[in-house]
Amino acid sequence: MKKNNLTLYLLLAPVLLWLILLIVLPHIDLFISSFKFENDEGIMVWSLNNYLAFFEDEIYWLTFLKTAFYSIAVTALAFAITFPVAFYLSKVVSLKYSGFMTLLLLIPIWVGELVTIYGWMILLSDNGVINHFLIYIGIIDTPINMLYTDFSMTIGLVYMSMLFMIIPVMSALDSLDDNLIEAASDLGASKWMIFKQIIIPYAMPGIASGSIIVFMLIIGDYVAPNILGGKSSLWFTEQIYNEFLATFNWNEGAAFGFMLLFLSSAIIWLALKLSGQKLERVGS
Amino acid sequence: MIRSLPNSPIYKTGFRIYIILFYIFLVMPLLTVAVLAFNDSSFIALPWNGFTLDWFYINTDERLGLLADENLLLSIWTSFETGFLVALFSTIVGTIAALLFEEENFRFKGFLYFLALSPLVIPGVILGISILISSTVLGTYMETNFGMDIEWLRPSFWLVVIGQFSFGATYVMLLVSARLKKFDRTLEEAALSLRATRLQAIWHVTIPYLRPAIIGAFVVAFLISFSNFNTTIFLAGSDPTLPIDLYSRIKFSSTPVLNAVSFLIVSAITLFAIFNLVLNRNK
Repeated sequence: MKKNNLTLYLLLAPVLLWLILLIVLPHIDLFISSFKFENDEGIMVWSLNNYLAFFEDEIYWLTFLKTAFYSIAVTALAFAITFPVAFYLSKVVSLKYSGFMTLLLLIPIWVGELVTIYGWMILLSDNGVINHFLIYIGIIDTPINMLYTDFSMTIGLVYMSMLFMIIPVMSALDSLDDNLIEAASDLGASKWMIFKQIIIPYAMPGIASGSIIVFMLIIGDYVAPNILGGKSSLWFTEQIYNEFLATFNWNEGAAFGFMLLFLSSAIIWLALKLSGQKLERVGS
Repeated sequence: MIRSLPNSPIYKTGFRIYIILFYIFLVMPLLTVAVLAFNDSSFIALPWNGFTLDWFYINTDERLGLLADENLLLSIWTSFETGFLVALFSTIVGTIAALLFEEENFRFKGFLYFLALSPLVIPGVILGISILISSTVLGTYMETNFGMDIEWLRPSFWLVVIGQFSFGATYVMLLVSARLKKFDRTLEEAALSLRATRLQAIWHVTIPYLRPAIIGAFVVAFLISFSNFNTTIFLAGSDPTLPIDLYSRIKFSSTPVLNAVSFLIVSAITLFAIFNLVLNRNK
């Protein structure tokens, strides 16, 4: 068995280095520094002040709550928009086109968020494509103000996350046997019944992993709220960026980071419990 | 409802219209930036002032095209270097992790696997700030105790590589594991019974079988690195990657050169996707 052990250690060593040095230790450091506070004499002391600052200042916890609710709502919206598409691609469209149409879905992901969000900025601005089009066909006379609002932010968040919903849902639907649907239809089930009783339960693992990925992308996003959102559409990640890159209060930023980590983990844990899924399944 | 069942024409047409609208929604931002890269205007949006190639090469006081903009070219190059290194390290460690978790048994395996998956459920912002804080802590420690000033522990090129690697390896691990699950273990056992050592069996039998997945994972890791913003912004120093550069230009000094860069990225990715499609069709 000695040989086997050697292989095990050779495989284990780099993985341990990766996980301990880059995942575990940094989070311990983050945790520690969130409890450090510079007192009036300029000395670092242990304190809860960073967390108290979060609860004392209304804007922080209001942003926190808004981010949480918006993230859940946008995840639901992304599901509602993409589920028909996932169904269409795996069950309806002829196989000749499905490969090409699926590939088209991957392009915005690979292009990256910065470019696509920038594209939406041009589309939605007062001089943008949508306003020009609406004026051209005569629906409106003056440009509608769409950019820098919650509306534009929501579009950006849906756009950059929705494709991560389609792919897991599609792969769940792919293995659904068409005969099940045919049998139900032969027995007189309505479309709605088939949808509710067969398709949704069958796709549930895919829906759960898609929702978790989408939710994480949205709650941790900075680019869409920052570029497309207005003054009122503050996102909690923006508070963290400000602490680190503008006011240089890293300790308070660390505390905010932990609040965000706690929030996202709690919501995901709850969602996994409610849907009876496991994190290990999400990866695959 | 499905291919084999008859449907009412209204249902069919309605569904088709929805799909078309969805694809318009999907393509619109990409098409917009690509087309406006050729707009003869100093503003990023409409109106359309005629066709020009200015934003790709011109070098005047009013307009600085892509090829004349040294900072932009530099950040594109930095992104390529970063992407290559991140993909390389992620592929090596991610593949090792896949072999470890699929083929070996040891104590705390479940816990370690959970840690290896955790970058999927940790927001990129948090990964960025935690690595920034711990590298700063380590840097200060080295400086006060040993008088060593270690440059890469400050926001810099190498810190970006380290930060992106920390989650890139997870994606590689998942992609390689997916193929490893379909691997026929008897092949490895055959090699072992022919007196190959365990490492020889992995190197000569398992790795060649995994090769398509490893190459695919390398490409994915490169693309993830190339487009990453959330983690990179905290770790980048004076030589930013392309997304960081694009972000500060979008916020503070947007000119149509942004459209030109976007056009190049969109075209490159589209060509790559078509290439991929053709390659898979031939198989």
